[in-house]
Amino acid sequence: MPKKKTAVWLSLLLAFGLVAAACGSDSDGSSDTTAADSSGAEGDYAGLSGSLTGSGASFPDAFYQEAIVAFGEVSDLEVTYNAVGSGTGKEEFGGGLTDFAGSDSLVKDGDGPEAGSFLYVPTVAAPITVSYNLGGVEELQLSPDTLAGIFQGDITTWDDAAIAEDNPDAELPSEDIIIVHRADGSGTTNNFTKYLDKASDVWTLGSGDEVEWPTSSQAGEKNTGVAQLIKDNEGAIGYVDLSDAEASGLTFAAIQNKDGEFVLPSLEATSAGLEGATVNDDLSYDPLDAAGADAYPITAPTYILVRTSYEDQATRDNVVGFVTYLLTEGQDLAADVSFAKLPDSLRTKALAQLENVKVG
Amino acid sequence: MAMSGAGLQKEGRTLESDMVFKAIALAAAALVLAILGLIALSMVSQAWPAFKDGGFDFITSKRWVPNDPDGPDGPLGPQFGGLAFLYGTVVTSLIALVLAVPVSLGIALFTTEVVRPRLRSAVVTVIDLLAAIPSVVYGLWGIAVLAPNIVTVYDSVADAVASVPGLSTVFGQGGTGRSFMTAGVILAIMITPIITSVAREVISTVPDGEKAAALALGATRWEMVRGAVLPHSFGGIVGAVMLGLGRAMGETIAVALVIGSSTQIVGNLFKSGNAIPAVIANSFGESSGTYRAALIGLGVILFAMTIVVNVSARIVVRRAELRLRGAA
Repeated sequence: MPKKKTAVWLSLLLAFGLVAAACGSDSDGSSDTTAADSSGAEGDYAGLSGSLTGSGASFPDAFYQEAIVAFGEVSDLEVTYNAVGSGTGKEEFGGGLTDFAGSDSLVKDGDGPEAGSFLYVPTVAAPITVSYNLGGVEELQLSPDTLAGIFQGDITTWDDAAIAEDNPDAELPSEDIIIVHRADGSGTTNNFTKYLDKASDVWTLGSGDEVEWPTSSQAGEKNTGVAQLIKDNEGAIGYVDLSDAEASGLTFAAIQNKDGEFVLPSLEATSAGLEGATVNDDLSYDPLDAAGADAYPITAPTYILVRTSYEDQATRDNVVGFVTYLLTEGQDLAADVSFAKLPDSLRTKALAQLENVKVG
Repeated sequence: MAMSGAGLQKEGRTLESDMVFKAIALAAAALVLAILGLIALSMVSQAWPAFKDGGFDFITSKRWVPNDPDGPDGPLGPQFGGLAFLYGTVVTSLIALVLAVPVSLGIALFTTEVVRPRLRSAVVTVIDLLAAIPSVVYGLWGIAVLAPNIVTVYDSVADAVASVPGLSTVFGQGGTGRSFMTAGVILAIMITPIITSVAREVISTVPDGEKAAALALGATRWEMVRGAVLPHSFGGIVGAVMLGLGRAMGETIAVALVIGSSTQIVGNLFKSGNAIPAVIANSFGESSGTYRAALIGLGVILFAMTIVVNVSARIVVRRAELRLRGAA
């Protein structure tokens, strides 16, 4: 009877599945967290164990993953970070699904976490490059107004008078400009448009994770997609974070900063910009268009959101321990993945911020 | 039933088991409807803030402004007009159908009416393999290979028709190769296997007697196909095309990767645009509030479009069947 045989097989399979599931939950149970020492002192993470989950911004993901791997060598604490995007990250954090969140932007009403229930901890920062593809033009200088004109479609060809004025020595072709932006909602777009909004009076598109780009502009998925589009198309210009732009071998434009100097994106120029940024009491800060002759003006900050209070001591210690690691030993890993470390003044404030994380 | 079922009947149990069967079948059918209804209801209710804000602008305006351009204090605010995405979805799906339907029917007829059986299974296997390729692979092939290389084709087509009014609008100078046309071509490749295999099944159900009768009357092979095969399988072929159209309209990743993500309505098929599923997939993760409602609203529009397409396909099929029956 073939039918009976199938039934036997099915029930066997089912039984096997149940046993497997039971085993799975068993092993989960056995790795129960033992309460860690609440010292949380620098350099001592051996007492931490259990697991910690966070989610959010994809922009600092490379740095967090690098730090998580290195952290795994000094601690038994298992940290997972999912780069789901700042918006989703804040929502999951607000809904209590995660222990911490990564975010490139500040929390607004309706984002998820309630005001007063979380703290900002700045971790690293990175420059956003303006990359372009224009054969024969190795060096390009752009003032904020020219940049705004290009990205809102007022300047349509490379030999436009405004670009020529910024680049008296360059020979500019009459090629059409192809504007490349992010197709997905992104903190990079948010910071880039915020910069244009702040630094240029002609910019009219406002700022946000997505804006109403000129109709003829093109878009790519994530930083890598934008980089690919620029690479493939003569005449293209777009904004890409430094690590992806370097990985794709793109050429960057030097951007005119607040002091009137044209500065190329680099980690040093970014750190210089962070020095010149004003830091608010809640440790949110705005490094865009910062003062300083060496400062690169388009710099994206990124934060980790932690709760003001955690339900149990172990989770609190784990969160504080991991974030402390990011702000101390972890800072030295930043340069490997093209992120700029925080200046000491801001780092000290961030470490002090962690002491406000309570239990209960 | 009564005659053949006599041996299976056990005294007194017929009514009971029939009722159980009926109840289960009814529950299954009702469940599908209920799920569909609940999905529609929850989507509309979540999209409501956007529909309420925008009104008919939601489908008649092409301005899609996800942010607040002049800050919270300024007079301008977010605007959600999805017409450009609607246009992109319709245009790319139509291109896909125009390219895929003749090819698919050709393959289906080839495998059923023309080729020797041994070769048939080889052809069928290859076509079915196309259906097994994940859409993201098509998308990556699209951006890495097709889009950069097809630009020269677009440009030479544009040059060739530059002086022809009408054609020069539809096939104008392109840009990066990411365009309505590229998305349409990829979709065409993706839906060909579906249309082919359904059409093949339908065509193979045409009674041999009818085909033999046509041939006996002196019809050539093509006359036999036109006179006996196509009328008999018309309804099923329309169904196959609709399945393909449904997949083309809903395809997300491949389209998102190659369409270029521009919010514009242009006649030039070599320009970039955007489509509803692509917009939703790209923007949903970082959206919140009214913006999220607007994206769900786009989903509602897509849902409504597929229903309209399916219902009108059904009407077409019924009309055609009535006409054929009348003729017979």
